[in-house]
Amino acid sequence: MATLGDLERTVMDLLWATPEAMNANALRDAIAEAPSGEVGRELAVTTVLTVLSRLEKKGLVERERDSRPHRYRSVTSREDHTAELMHEVLVTAPDREAVLARFIGSVSPAEAETLRKLLGGS
Amino acid sequence: MFWASYLLAALAIVLAWPAPIALSRASWPARAPFTAMILWQSIALAGGLSMIGAMLVWGLEPLGDNLVSASAGFFGILLNEESAATLGVIHVFAISAATLLFGHLLFTLALTFVRIRRQRRRHRDMLHLLSSPAADQPATLVISHPAPVAYCLPGGARSVTVMSDGLIGLLSRAELDAVLTHENAHLHQRHHLLLWAFAAWRAALPWLPTSQLAQRAVSELIEMLADDEALRHVDEPTLVRAIAIVGSGALPPPQDELDDPLADEGRGGGNPAAADVTGGVADARSTAHRLRRLLTPLPPLGRLQQGLALSTAGLLLVVPPVLLVAPELLG
Repeated sequence: MATLGDLERTVMDLLWATPEAMNANALRDAIAEAPSGEVGRELAVTTVLTVLSRLEKKGLVERERDSRPHRYRSVTSREDHTAELMHEVLVTAPDREAVLARFIGSVSPAEAETLRKLLGGS
Repeated sequence: MFWASYLLAALAIVLAWPAPIALSRASWPARAPFTAMILWQSIALAGGLSMIGAMLVWGLEPLGDNLVSASAGFFGILLNEESAATLGVIHVFAISAATLLFGHLLFTLALTFVRIRRQRRRHRDMLHLLSSPAADQPATLVISHPAPVAYCLPGGARSVTVMSDGLIGLLSRAELDAVLTHENAHLHQRHHLLLWAFAAWRAALPWLPTSQLAQRAVSELIEMLADDEALRHVDEPTLVRAIAIVGSGALPPPQDELDDPLADEGRGGGNPAAADVTGGVADARSTAHRLRRLLTPLPPLGRLQQGLALSTAGLLLVVPPVLLVAPELLG
């Protein structure tokens, strides 16, 4: 059975793929038709609403206030979120090293030049 | 009992200042990263212990000529409201300072743990939405980004290694293996626990410049340990090429992007909001050390020297507790 995390992912994929806002009913129908088999079974609209409110709390989707039933859209594109996440990885902060370990830390432009020379020479 | 507290204080000073500086300047850690790592841990642990111990023993001195009777006297004052007149203001101050320092160290350790775990969980949540599993590698995720990035995110059974498709495009199969074994070594050898402890050490004692030195040395040593692990699966030129390719493509982001969304998470503890501007420089230096070590390999440190370093580490852990109880043993 699909976890809430998997459902969040499916919902975000749908919202990122559609430019206009969708309500929970439309989302449920779209999930049922989605090719990703394991989550594509009959879902209750309340489940979809739970997932949407979790995503709203995380700041990933926003609700159109004047529509009834409420319609939801993604706050920013998938690319923007990826860029933000990679920015967290690439920027050096005191705690960062303890949160995740990068293969190579930030390199100064002069260092990068030396590395390029090394590659050319070998 | 005074002499024990003076010896502990002397030890604390040596471990807080000259010892870490000497170790950070030594060249042998590159030849025996594991041993050096043990030594760093014992310096930090013994340093903290002797700092607290010195103040505690000195503060309790008027209450008895050994630690047991002095502690009994102290609890008598605390619990039975016996007169504290024998204990001068200065001694009360020393005991309070020891207690506060001990509490501060434990509290910072816990706080750092919570903060790191929250940041990891948030990061993993986003990864779940944004990345897809790698085709032929377990616990490996691929994220769509042009910069060549590889990192691991520890989290027990949910530990993952993340690669960008920019990295996959740049590296050959063997070079990718080098990167993956390097990252998996971090996870298997539980390097994040060391990084956690030394990040907490630094957050707890930010006024002690050597705490920063220790953190930097430890993060460099774990990279060397992971490189050594990678070398058991791929040859040196492959690993060097992987480091050089990733390094030359991984320029630091522009300075104005230093405001850090992750660091803002840590409300109420330390001051993580200020990003480390010098961090990039330190990283570059450690990359240079790694490369030099791979390009001109030196023989591993001799058994005698390794034994010497390890006995020093052991001795450091034994001496402070012995000094704490020594006055009792000698009467």
